[in-house]
Amino acid sequence: MSDAARIPRFRRGVRLRYDQVREAWVLLAPEKLYMPDDIAVEILKLVDGNRTIAAIADDLASRFDAPRELIVRDATAALVDLSLRGALEL
Amino acid sequence: MNPIEPPMGLIAELTHRCPLQCAYCSNPVALDSPRGELTTTDWMRVLDQAAGLGILQVHFSGGEPMARADLVQLVAHATRAGLYTNIITSGVLLSDAAMRDLLGAGIDHIQLSFQDAVMAEGDRFGGYRGGHARKLEAARRIREAGLPLTANFVIHRQNVGRVEAMIALGEELQAERIEIAHVQYYGWALLNRAALLPSREQLDAANAVVAAARARLAGRIAIDYVVPDYHAARPKACMGGWGNRFINISPTGKALPCHAAETLPDLVFPSVRDMSLKTIWTDSDAFQRFRGTGWMPAPCRTCDRREIDWGGCRCQALALAGDAAATDPACAKSPHHARMAEAVAATVDAPLDLIPRRMRRVADA
Repeated sequence: MSDAARIPRFRRGVRLRYDQVREAWVLLAPEKLYMPDDIAVEILKLVDGNRTIAAIADDLASRFDAPRELIVRDATAALVDLSLRGALEL
Repeated sequence: MNPIEPPMGLIAELTHRCPLQCAYCSNPVALDSPRGELTTTDWMRVLDQAAGLGILQVHFSGGEPMARADLVQLVAHATRAGLYTNIITSGVLLSDAAMRDLLGAGIDHIQLSFQDAVMAEGDRFGGYRGGHARKLEAARRIREAGLPLTANFVIHRQNVGRVEAMIALGEELQAERIEIAHVQYYGWALLNRAALLPSREQLDAANAVVAAARARLAGRIAIDYVVPDYHAARPKACMGGWGNRFINISPTGKALPCHAAETLPDLVFPSVRDMSLKTIWTDSDAFQRFRGTGWMPAPCRTCDRREIDWGGCRCQALALAGDAAATDPACAKSPHHARMAEAVAATVDAPLDLIPRRMRRVADA
């Protein structure tokens, strides 16, 4: 299976939420905390346990002015990185 | 000077009471008496202030946080305030009823400590007969509740050879995270250092086991590995920098930049009974003293790692260099770095006897 066909889902105890104090999205995980950048936030908002990476990239490509190939590559890299840190399953 | 960013985490040391007696406990040797502990109302106020200040996660710790009768109430309060809640526990008090109540209160995660992979040794290091078996039960309850589990193993000279078995136990318990943490030498652990410090060979062997397990479990179980400073060339960023990410509240309500900070002289730690967390974080001398880079001595001041390790640990600088404002002796650039190797050398023929953590030390009785 290619990486783009994988379905990312947050692991148990991992939550994406908006922090009013910092006016920023934060990803809260067991004894970990991530401050995703703007691009990562857009990717993570689409992680719902149903969509594949390819579907996430399609959604982003329809809204942002960037080549789909590039979006697939960036989204895959970001999601694989978070899966290695234990925040996501792929 | 940059504006002060809000803190990320609150470490709520609810009590120093604990059924276990681990000789490497990170609590201070002078433990807080139960009589002076903050009340439920005090803690609720602190949790509200924490959320308002921008704290995102609260770590209920101790001692044994489950020894507090109001833990469930405090977890529920923290959840309502929007905080991510974590309990750092020995697990020996985690009954079915306690698990159900914590789940109802909205607990997000539990870190369960193990003293070894082997029952007899775990019970011996914890000083609690039957403790290891209770921990296995606790792990099962956490799993069945559908909560994420971190299995924490503290390692030292007397159990470091069983790291592989510890990781295997973590896998068997289906932990999401495994923490393999070399003892950090403060408080009780510093007192027992000669019987706990691993040799270079032991450390190298453990490093290799952890590296292999990380590769094998990548994407499935994350292994966090905390190394001992005594064999290091660079210090750790203690607490992610002084007054940079965390506030630690002691059982009696003192606000500390790290849990061992009470060993530092000339610092007055404000109490949450008298001052708001916001004032403590932004204005108190205790939190300003070693914040950022302005306080740094040479060689830290000009070091390109000064905002990576923040000069290391102030408590270790005091304990080993005699000056809390010195470069952490864990750093090879410290003029006192040789003291780390001297401490390791002194362990070679040292007896393995351990002084157990108790409210009153036997020697003082």
